[in-house]
Amino acid sequence: MTIIPKVQIEQVSIKYQTLDGETNALENICLAIGEGEFVSIVGPSGCGKSTLLSLISGLLKPTAGRVLVDGKPPQTSSQKLGYMLQQDYLFEWRTVYKNIMLGLEIQGKDKHSVKNKVHNLLKQYGLWGFRHYYPHQLSGGMRQRVALIRTLAVDPEILLLDEPFAALDYQTRLTLEEEVATILKRANKTVILVTHDISEAVAMSDRVVVISRRPGRVKADFAIRYAAGRLSPFETRKAPEFRDYFNRIWKELDIHVEGTHAQ
Amino acid sequence: MWKEHMRNKINRHLSRGGITPDHAYYLRQIRLKKLAVWATQFILLVTLILLWELGANMRLIDPFITSQPSAIYHTFWRMAKDGSIFLHTGITVLETTLSFIIGTIAGSLIAIFLWWSDFFSRVLDPYIVILNSTPKIALGPLFIVFLGDGIKSIITMALTISIIVTIVMVYTGFKEVDPNKIKLIRTFGANKLQILEKVVLPASVPTIIAALKVNVGMSFVGVIVGEFLVARAGLGYLIVYGQQVFQLHLAMTSVVVLIITAAILYQMVACLENRFLGWKE
Ligand SMILES: Nc1ncnc2c1ncn2[C@@H]1O[C@H](COP(=O)(O)OP(=O)(O)OP(=O)(O)O)[C@@H](O)[C@H]1O
Ligand SMILES: [Mg+2]
Repeated sequence: MTIIPKVQIEQVSIKYQTLDGETNALENICLAIGEGEFVSIVGPSGCGKSTLLSLISGLLKPTAGRVLVDGKPPQTSSQKLGYMLQQDYLFEWRTVYKNIMLGLEIQGKDKHSVKNKVHNLLKQYGLWGFRHYYPHQLSGGMRQRVALIRTLAVDPEILLLDEPFAALDYQTRLTLEEEVATILKRANKTVILVTHDISEAVAMSDRVVVISRRPGRVKADFAIRYAAGRLSPFETRKAPEFRDYFNRIWKELDIHVEGTHAQ
Repeated sequence: MWKEHMRNKINRHLSRGGITPDHAYYLRQIRLKKLAVWATQFILLVTLILLWELGANMRLIDPFITSQPSAIYHTFWRMAKDGSIFLHTGITVLETTLSFIIGTIAGSLIAIFLWWSDFFSRVLDPYIVILNSTPKIALGPLFIVFLGDGIKSIITMALTISIIVTIVMVYTGFKEVDPNKIKLIRTFGANKLQILEKVVLPASVPTIIAALKVNVGMSFVGVIVGEFLVARAGLGYLIVYGQQVFQLHLAMTSVVVLIITAAILYQMVACLENRFLGWKE
């Protein structure tokens, strides 16, 4: 008997159609992601990383191929997935606390018992004192943390995180990477994380998938293993294998500075 | 000594709530500016009234045609004593309120329906555009034929004006809601009703309030025009009556009461704004 992967992407292609043309965003993507796996997706800007997450979440349907989550096409109503979009899209008419309650309200989970959990999340991420603030009173990094908690609060089995730490300063970023990775791995969540930061990808994940320039294809797929076992992001940065992974992914990414390869 | 004391007291009042001397200074400057604006507005009003009164007394303008503040004052008191001014104002306010409320509710419901059904919004779009640009007042005489020369015609008149404005403004507001916010809430599995309730309606509150403000004015226009055409009571009727029997004091008094009533109604709607838009600085 073969194990059904948690997320299965079979020869998926997607084109965006607009009145003045079409964009080949992704072409023939194949990926299988197991339960409890922490996978990072890296690739040049515009290669279709966000599109890939939208496909997995069920917000978009592929033009060809199929996406399966637990063996079935994904549906946004299934409440299995938590998707943190690339921008926070906080509702400016709701306070921090009410913004975080949004997902729970929609899924009818805003019962007394979850309030405790939300309180803990707020405290843990340094937002407790700001829970009655409106989004326009927050800094960029705080907004991003609110968006992260909003996603974590509904406690989904699978998390799709689109550059969740991009707006944070370096220290906060390292701390949050550490916390989030530890929490999610302990809870055995399946995580797909999109990032521009190679060291973040290597530090946090069990696996790093490199997507090529548009139309996006899977260019490389690295299993990240450390001799010392499963490490926390903080420890991995000190592990001897870290630099090696970093350099290999960097080569695959094949980043050219704008203009150096003009035809 | 005493002057010094007063000045200190005023300064302290102007800078109340200041946390630091700088903050107090900031508050004082803001409040001083506000006071200056109010004072100037008040002086302007008083000057205009005085000029009008003096001009009429010195026969620079003919009070038989333009009336004059003292005459308006006396007319008002006379009508207040026999209660007639309250009757007419009450009728106009009632008609305006009715058409305002019905227009707002029905207009918003129709806007929701249009948002819900992309197909019907496309189908109905040209009709709404044309109705919106038609001067609805031109339909007044027709309403009288259809509905008789009573309150029904007046309210229908006002309703036609306010409902179309509401539909157009509220629906446009719905369409301007950031689609990414809808995408966000869909990631949590929201259905269409939840999208409406959690995103579209709250995001449109500023537009809806703006529509309400426009709507009070529109309903008022509709009611007054209706009263011009058919009524036997109401401020619009009084103005026309005053003009017909050449009692300009009466007409002018009604206009003044009309202005004050309109200001009060508008202010009541504006209060809603403060209540519902607390999240905006
Ligand atoms: N709604 C849309 N309509 C048309 N084209 C789109 C749409 N969304 C994305 N695209 C195009 O599809 C391609 C992939 O977009 P996507 O947002 O998935 O890239 P990305 O890898 O997430 O980029 P970034 O790293 O900058 O966030 C881009 O070329 C983009 O212009
Ligand atoms: Mg993206």
